[in-house]
Amino acid sequence: MARSVKTQRKIINTAAAWGIGLLIFFPILWTILTSFKTEATAIADPPVFLAFNWTMENYTAVLERSNYAKFLWNSIIIAGGSTILGIIIAVPAAWSMAFVPSRRTKDILLWMLSTKMLPAVGVLYPIYLICIKLGILDSRIALVIILMLMNLPIIVWMLYTYFREIPGEILEAARMDGASLKEEILYVLTPMAIPGIASTLLLNFILAWNEAFWTLNLTAANAAPLTAFIASYSSPEGLFFAKLSAASTMAIAPILILGWFSQKQLVSGLTFGAVK
Amino acid sequence: MATQHSRSAARIMMAPAVVLLLGWMLIPLIMTLIFSFKKYLPMRGGDLGWVGFENYVRFVSSSAFWPSVSATLIIVGGVLAITIVFGILLAILLNQPMWGQGVVRILVIAPFFVMPTVSALVWKNMFMDPTNGLFAHLWRFFGAEPVSWLSEASLPSIVLIVSWQWLPFATLILLTAIQSLDSEQLEAAEMDGAPPLKRFAFITLPHLSRAVTIVLLIQTIFLLAIFAEIFVTTGGAFGTRTLTYLIFQRVLESQNIGLGSAGGVYAIILANIVAIFLMRIVGKNLDA
Repeated sequence: MARSVKTQRKIINTAAAWGIGLLIFFPILWTILTSFKTEATAIADPPVFLAFNWTMENYTAVLERSNYAKFLWNSIIIAGGSTILGIIIAVPAAWSMAFVPSRRTKDILLWMLSTKMLPAVGVLYPIYLICIKLGILDSRIALVIILMLMNLPIIVWMLYTYFREIPGEILEAARMDGASLKEEILYVLTPMAIPGIASTLLLNFILAWNEAFWTLNLTAANAAPLTAFIASYSSPEGLFFAKLSAASTMAIAPILILGWFSQKQLVSGLTFGAVK
Repeated sequence: MATQHSRSAARIMMAPAVVLLLGWMLIPLIMTLIFSFKKYLPMRGGDLGWVGFENYVRFVSSSAFWPSVSATLIIVGGVLAITIVFGILLAILLNQPMWGQGVVRILVIAPFFVMPTVSALVWKNMFMDPTNGLFAHLWRFFGAEPVSWLSEASLPSIVLIVSWQWLPFATLILLTAIQSLDSEQLEAAEMDGAPPLKRFAFITLPHLSRAVTIVLLIQTIFLLAIFAEIFVTTGGAFGTRTLTYLIFQRVLESQNIGLGSAGGVYAIILANIVAIFLMRIVGKNLDA
């Protein structure tokens, strides 16, 4: 009796959760499906769900018409470069805060977090002006640096929370055995820290890939990444639903896949360790 | 025991991150402050000297200011209400025993990873387009006149798009918080005959209060700054010009740097008020 009630509840839960899950996912699913339709099928009324002639023509059209490879390459360089540069700068800082904490460590961490709270639009013109003066407006290097600085607080925080979970006794034991600081970092700390560094890398790559304030405002023909490429579909090309869908699918597919791996880090990373 | 040697090494290792962030924060901030006290029009004469608080007064007395404040409040408030209410319900649902929980989680989280320009354009064209959008098809199916969403119901449409993007974040954090709830406590309450609604109100909800506060604060900071969603959907027309968008237009479109910078200072102050509360919670967590 009790068992069947439990099963019944489980069936209801499953149905409700799947229903809502599919509803939330539907816009993405619809975009992916539409990308395989012809333009005529894409706007058909009533809409066609699955029974249509699948075609790759939109993908070839998008690839031919726009310089898609260049936008993709810009996205990879900007997101990858800013993340790797950020990690290189953040690892030593997070290491020292986790293992040689001082009275000021907490204040420094909170201050770093506070820089993340500055609204970008408040400093739009200064950054724009600095880029012009340095001759790096619409260059990948400018965005690598800006997105690195923007995400640096998150990177330091994430690494700090991971490093703090490594027991300090192990490092002390290595030091007792005569390991130098360099050896300590290279042979003891690094192997233990790699999972944490990998998750930090993943989440920040995603954040940088999707960043759409600086990438829209500081790029034009040369350094524009996929965010700006899609924005260029705003009108009138956006009315070609199938091509818009193909371009969108190509821009989000890699990150959707990476994102599913980063679910766990998402929570502690974006709440600065306040929810685990 | 940290030695003197390791202490100075630690300081050196921290230096690059601290110096870079200090520069990233202070240099643009000081420039914005300076510009905000100047009449500065790069396209029409450049730097025309100091004007005191004139820009600050003009920014708030312009006819675009109060509408932008109300647009900002409606968007931020609407999205917060939707994501938190539905986030709690969804988190509770996802925490129940079911088949295929992992897959459902993936489906629910997916929108968070879609870049803002893509989600804005997909919603704008494929769903909200008054002739060919899916909503138009649906409306016609029921014999209703299709709505041109982004001009006739612009703010609710933006709220819908942004809520879709942020619901996964709220759900995921609240789900993580719910999972840390002691199930014995709930079972004990059930044994004592407490009905589901009471169990929710007196056990689950208080347990979630901290997570809800964190979601509220973090989302507020990000929502105050939303830009791409408005940039590609309405371009600030139809009453969707938020404070952020107004400042953007003053700075880059009309190239009135002084006025835009004064607006920027207001935005920075506003964000800092929210940030102070967030930092308190995060800071407390550091001590634990």
